[in-house]
Amino acid sequence: MPALPLGEAGLYVAAAFAVVAVLVLVYVAIIGSKIARIERDLGALTDSLEGHAGAGVPTRPTV
Amino acid sequence: MFGRGLVTLALITAAAVGLALGMVFLYAPLDADQGFVQKIFYLHVPLALVALAGFVAAGVMGALHLRSGDSAWDLRSYVAIHLSTILGVGVLVTGAIWARASWGHWWVWSEPTLVAFLIVFLLYAVYPMLRFSIEDPGRQGRYASVFAVAAGAFVPLNFAIVRSAESLTHPQVFSTTGSGMPAEMLATFLASMVAMALLYATLWKLELTAKHASEQLRRLRRRAERRAGESVAPRPGGGASAGSSRTGAPALSGTAYAAPRGGR
Amino acid sequence: MTRAALAILRKDLLVERRTRESVPAMALFSVTVLVLFHFALDRDSLDGALASGVLWVTLLLAAVLGVGRLFASEREEGGMDGILLAPIDRTAVWVAKALALLAYLVVVEVVAVPVFALLLLGPDLVPALPALVVTLVLADVGLAAVGALVAALAAESRARELVATLLFLPLVVPAAVAATAATEPLFAGAQTAAGSGRWLVFLAVYAVLFVLLSVVVLDYLQED
Repeated sequence: MPALPLGEAGLYVAAAFAVVAVLVLVYVAIIGSKIARIERDLGALTDSLEGHAGAGVPTRPTV
Repeated sequence: MFGRGLVTLALITAAAVGLALGMVFLYAPLDADQGFVQKIFYLHVPLALVALAGFVAAGVMGALHLRSGDSAWDLRSYVAIHLSTILGVGVLVTGAIWARASWGHWWVWSEPTLVAFLIVFLLYAVYPMLRFSIEDPGRQGRYASVFAVAAGAFVPLNFAIVRSAESLTHPQVFSTTGSGMPAEMLATFLASMVAMALLYATLWKLELTAKHASEQLRRLRRRAERRAGESVAPRPGGGASAGSSRTGAPALSGTAYAAPRGGR
Repeated sequence: MTRAALAILRKDLLVERRTRESVPAMALFSVTVLVLFHFALDRDSLDGALASGVLWVTLLLAAVLGVGRLFASEREEGGMDGILLAPIDRTAVWVAKALALLAYLVVVEVVAVPVFALLLLGPDLVPALPALVVTLVLADVGLAAVGALVAALAAESRARELVATLLFLPLVVPAAVAATAATEPLFAGAQTAAGSGRWLVFLAVYAVLFVLLSVVVLDYLQED
């Protein structure tokens, strides 16, 4: 098959790179959601431990 | 523990990827036969090679887990297989795009590496199913590592036979990338390989760190709950929580990845 | 270890002889699949690569059936915990299961291959028989090794048969490739085993590799 014209070829190349970029970003997003869950659970754990010891409500800096 | 050096690695990766992309689109010459479409080669082949190396490395890590009993190796092996499988999807899709752009079909059986990769992918796709259908965490890790070792040994065997078989019926189409590549293309390819390998290492380290942190948090939480329970009704003897092996194997649950991947 | 392996093997073969569940099912399944192929391909007679492919796909699917049944007697009669907790080498269990599966495959092929020759094969089977038997035996050893390994891997999984099947098929693709390539000239009417040598060597290497792999790796599944 003869080489595709630049315009059409460009679409395919762009599609291929886009697929990989999206995959990597989705992967990072999944890990991001895991980190968010860690932060949440860590906060809950801190609350329960500090609540147990009778300390006041801790102030958590929000980013 | 796992997160040490992650930032440096990520920065180096970013630089390498930038360099590689620059070389691919600005430096490497246009292929005489395939034209601009050939640029996909700089993406697809490193992706495939790195994913495969990841599978084989996971086998080595599985073997280390079995021999040492250290569950950190199991975690490393799991993440490597997980990452390689996801990148494997990318390999198959970019391969299909390349095939479509080069030969007009979305799939070609005459590309032995792509075909061999499909078989490997089908094998590793069963890994989560195997892993998460075993409840006991220690056992889960051991069986997963045995699989990692067997599958890792299978990868080169599979490639050998598929390439051997295809070369009889179809000419090696991959030869466009084999011998006789001009120096600029070779340099660009090497740069792409390095960038892809670094990207893999960064993502692997990233997931390892996150998973490890999540495991430690879970252990901490269990300990806190037990302590809270004990302050209410004191219980004789502590002891490890049920289900964790001697080495404190983390119970990898499937829930973290169940949602995006469609569940088990 | 040999005594344990032989004991388990004897038990499996005895159970099979009495219940007649696995082997007749596998044989019947093979014949049915061959009939299916006739209709699916809409062909009365096959030769060369097509014949080779049909035969091996049929045998592989029958093997899958066998792999699923490999721990059946333990599951149904509750001997699974006994086998897994007893102080027997996991390797001994594997040896027994692999030999049992090998035996089942051989018996099934004794039925399936003549039926295949009768129903679908174009060229004459008899001149090709010696080379075919060698190929079958070599392939069977590899298939049995992989089947027993996969069954062991899936043994503690909730989705046992599913996992075993899904693991088995990709792993045997190389053996299928080599086996079909080896038998293709046999069914092409030329009946010379020319060029089959390398594929037979490959089948042997495949078998040795998976035997070694299983023996080395299965002991780590031991619970101590």
